[in-house]
Order: sequence, then C-alpha cells, then structure tokens
Amino acid sequence: MDLSRETLIEVYRRMRTIRSFEENLQALVAAGKVGGFMHLYAGEEAIAVGVCMQLTDADLVGSTHRGHGHCIAKGVDVKAMMAELFGRATGTNKGKGGSMHIADVDKGMMGANGIVGGGIPLITGAALTAQVKGTDSLAVGFFGDGATNQGQFHESLTMAANWKLPVVYVCENNGFGEFTPTEFVVPVKDIVERAKSYSMRAVIADGMDFFDVYEKMGEAKALALAGEGPTLLECKTYRFYGHYVGDPTPYRNKEEAEDWIQNRDPLDIFERKATEAGILTTDDLREVDGDVEQLMREAVEEAEQAPMPSVDDVLTDVYVRY
Amino acid sequence: MARELNTGAAINEAIAIAMRTDPDVILMGEDVAGGGDRSKEGTEEMGGVLGTTRGLVGEFGMNRVRDTPIAEMGLIGTAVGAAATGLRPVAELMFMDFLGTSLDPLLNQASKLRYMFGGKVKVPLTVRTVSGAGMQAAAQHSQSLYWMTTGIPGLKTVIPSNPADAKGLLLASIRDDDPVIFCEAKGILNLVGEVPEEDYEIPLGVANVVREGTDVSLVAFGATVSTAMKAAKALEGAGTSAEVIDLRSLSPIDETAILTSLEKTGRMVIIDESTPRCSIARDIAAVCVDKGFDFLNAPVKCVTAPHTPVPFSAVLEQAFLPSAQDVLDAVGEMG
Repeated sequence: MDLSRETLIEVYRRMRTIRSFEENLQALVAAGKVGGFMHLYAGEEAIAVGVCMQLTDADLVGSTHRGHGHCIAKGVDVKAMMAELFGRATGTNKGKGGSMHIADVDKGMMGANGIVGGGIPLITGAALTAQVKGTDSLAVGFFGDGATNQGQFHESLTMAANWKLPVVYVCENNGFGEFTPTEFVVPVKDIVERAKSYSMRAVIADGMDFFDVYEKMGEAKALALAGEGPTLLECKTYRFYGHYVGDPTPYRNKEEAEDWIQNRDPLDIFERKATEAGILTTDDLREVDGDVEQLMREAVEEAEQAPMPSVDDVLTDVYVRY
Repeated sequence: MARELNTGAAINEAIAIAMRTDPDVILMGEDVAGGGDRSKEGTEEMGGVLGTTRGLVGEFGMNRVRDTPIAEMGLIGTAVGAAATGLRPVAELMFMDFLGTSLDPLLNQASKLRYMFGGKVKVPLTVRTVSGAGMQAAAQHSQSLYWMTTGIPGLKTVIPSNPADAKGLLLASIRDDDPVIFCEAKGILNLVGEVPEEDYEIPLGVANVVREGTDVSLVAFGATVSTAMKAAKALEGAGTSAEVIDLRSLSPIDETAILTSLEKTGRMVIIDESTPRCSIARDIAAVCVDKGFDFLNAPVKCVTAPHTPVPFSAVLEQAFLPSAQDVLDAVGEMG
C-alpha cells in the first residue's frame, strides 16, 4: 500500500461524506424538506473516490442522474451542494439545476445528467477539447450499465477510439437499469465485452474496493494521457437504496441485497484494509466520522436558512446574449 | 465590379475566416473533409456532400477539421461537450432532417446547460445544417425544421437568404457565445451575389427591410425571400406596393421590425417553406394579432407548405413549396 496516511484519511473522508450526505438526504426527502427526483450513490462510493483521487481540478468528469457522489469525490463544496438540493440561491447551480443537474465547472465537475447516457458525448467532447488544444487534461465519463445500451454510448466510444482521445469511460455496473436486472436487457455478461467492437482497452474492477478502482484508474489515466487511447473501466457495484429515494425495491432479492450491504460495504472494506495495513487506526476513522457528521449538520442548517432565488431568476442564464 | 460568390462559397469563406482568426474554432461532421486522406496519394477530399467545406482541411489540418462517423448523436453531442469546455466548434449536421438522430444533445444538453448550471458555463456551438426542399431529395432530406429549434429555449436559429448575408451571419453565429442552429436553405445554395471579401458580421436578431412598400408586408426568411421579392414585383405591376422583410434570424426574432412594417402597411403575409402546424408563420401571425391588432386592416395570411411530407417528383415538390403565385393569391384574398 503506497498511499500516505494523509491521502488515506482524505479517501475515507470523501467516502464517508458521500455516505452521510445520501443518508441525510434520504431523511430530508422523507421529511418533505427536499423535493424532486433523487437518486442516491450510497454503496458506490469506492468508484467515485477511487477514480477522482487520481484527478486534479484540471481534469473533467461527466456524471449521471446518480451524481452526488461524483461531485463530492471531485471536491465540490458540500454546503453548496446541500443548498442546491434545497433549491436555494446559494446552491452550486443557484437553485436552477437540482439533483439531476448538479455541477461545478470550476472543480471540473461537468454536471450530473438527467438523460441516461447523455453525459457520455459531452465528456467525449471535453476530451476532444484537450486533444485539439494539446493540454494534459483527462476527461472521465461516469455512467451506469443501463447507459451502455444507448446509442450515445456506442457513438461516443467509436469516436473516442478512432481519435485516441484522452478519456476514461467508467461504467458503474450496479446490476440494475432502474428496476430491471442488467442481464434481462444487456446481452453481454460483462460490459467490458462491448469495448471489443471499438478495439478499446477494457478492464474490470471491484467497485466496492477503493484500492482496486484507484489502481486500475491510475493505469487507464496514464495510458490515455500518453496517447494510447481510452479505457472502458467496468466497476462492479450495488445500489444500497435502490433506484430512487423511496424505492421499495421489490424487484431485488433480499438475500442478495443483504449480502452486498452487510458483507461488501465499500467503507467497511476500506477500513479493514487500511487498518490491517497499519496505516490508519479505527480512532482515525471515527474522528473523520465525527467531522463529517458535524459538516452535515452545518450543511443542512445553513441550507435551510439560505435565501430562496428571486423569482426574476426564472428569466436569467438562458442565453449569454439574446 | 465587385466579386460574386454563390452561397456555398460564401459559407466556406466565413468558416475559413473564423478559423484563421480564432484557434479555438474547429470544424467537425460527416465528410467535412471527406476522404482525400493525406496518406493516400492521388485522392482529393470531397469537402462535404455538397462540397461546401472543400479545401479547409488543407489549410487547417486534421486536428481542426475532423471527419466524424455517420453518428449524428455522437458527433453533435461531442461538439456540445467541446463547446462547453473551451472550443468553438462548427458542427455540420448534413441535412436538417437528421435532427431525428441527433436531437438529445441539442434538446436536452446544449440548450439547457447554461441555465441548469446557473449561468456558469457557455456553449459557443454552431450547427450548420442544410434545410428545405428544392433538390428532389424527397421526404427525409428536404424538411424545414427550424420551427423545432426555434421552439427550444436556449438555442438560437439563423437562416440567411443570400450569399453575403450567409457569410456575415455565419461569422456572427460562430463568434456568438450561445448555441446557434444555422440553416442553409437548399433554395439559396446556388444563388450568386456580391460578397465583400473582408471579415464582417451581421448581428443576430436584426431583420432586413429588403424592399420598402406601403400597402402590404411580406415577411420571409431563407429561400422564401426571393419568392416574396418575385411576388412584390408582380404586385407592383398591379398597383400594390409591397414591403419585404427578411428576418435573417428566427430566434432571436425581430418583432419590432415586423410590427413596424405592419403599422405602416396594415396588412401582413408571412411566407414560410415549412409545414403550417406550429410554424414560424403562425407564430408571427400570433404576434401580429396579439401586439399589432390595432394596425391590422385585413386578416393575417400565412403562405406555407401543406401539412404533408415533402414529395419526390419535381412537379409535386414545386406544388409543395410556397410560390409567388400563392403569395399573390393570399394578398388577393385579403381584399
């Protein structure tokens, strides 16, 4: 394990922040304080953090409808995120985006996306910008197993492979597209098989293990930036709370869900590995838990007290000039 | 004598000027270079299906002039992403009918990113697309779908009527910081006219009074401007003075120019080569009734194509398109 103590603390802080953010949101939605469609990232933390710990602010990520985790992993301010979900003027998007469009371009977070597969060509375009301008920015597209049936996925990967764009495509295969099991609608056993038709490098990672994702993302990044072309990185994972907040999940097997949640929680796996390696102690981790709880309390309080947007804002930001 | 070009050549010149003056401008699309691979001796590029972009890959190279796969959603979506991250792409959607295979990046991404992100991103994208009937290209290569893009907040829609305007409006569109759908009507592509050699822009959203008149306003855009001019000349012979307004841009639209002309003439005919339902013509008619009711001395008339697909046979295609005679008939019905 060649990561420093400070780095591992930061990894755990981001993973715990994601989990806590989503658990708080679930309660806030249930209490009627937060509205709209909400898709929680809990269970998939090792992927966002494993990928984004390899990135800088100059690197760009494109996200999905399940985008809070990508934001937090990319370093977006949690308080501004919470304010956005409360629909406040102080939110990341001034209250105009909400959960499915949450974004912070200054942090290289190019937006959640309400269209399944819709973010894939956008991040491919970000990679095109990097290639045309000759910068060393990397583009990373997150999407689910369901998106790999979309034309936007196939069209984008075809172009990226042809042009050897500096992009890594991260498929979060959580076993379900909305409520339908992946194997009902995807004819390949592993998503990586799809990369063959673009002669694209493809790798499977354990999406519940930060260390596995981090290592494989590092390799993919190095190759992409060396002009060797994109990688399709498939991360096997599971949604702890189903498709959306309030999803009763009748479509999934209870034993299967319990097994993932009890035995393969990415935070537990991280804690076990980091403490067994003797780099972190449980005291270190519980201290982070306390810090995160405090942060969440403040985020919720401040969001509740933050001003609503002015109704005049309905009309702004449509065009630069019209 | 001033230099003359056809519209295609004027468009080519505008792209070349934009690329020379701004390294962030790139050109991408199906066949925009079009073969002629620099590694295959004895070949030349096509420069697009109509040859509009021929020669640009030679000057600007393959990094900035990119042939894409025939994958409209991927190519337009990638252009949107590039625009949002620092380039100023000119993407070619070969025919406007292919909106069908490219729509999500325009409908749900380019048009909304700025708004959804609270104004923290801009999308300086231009989508050039050939619209309209007149080449016997039949039902899937001849539609005038500018009413669709005009109806999407966040997009701009521009449609020139002649070579000089095409150059100036395209330069303005490329340099505009919002996503612009630039319609190249088939009816004007081979039109020849004087085109200034310099770098100039025509502002978006400002209509052009191409002919002054006092008795009836003919509002037109794209290929229907020449239809309106033909009708105006015929009306003149019959003692009716027609004013012809070229909108140049459908979104933003110059309502002031429309209402100013209506106030002057009291009678309004809109000529639109698209189908009538949810059309630009009826949109303008609504504006005239809503904001210009007191100016109206007769019912507003819309001269459009019928509510049908575009037919193949030249006879049928000409019957489909609005003609100068249709305009004369409409004026006649106004009494």
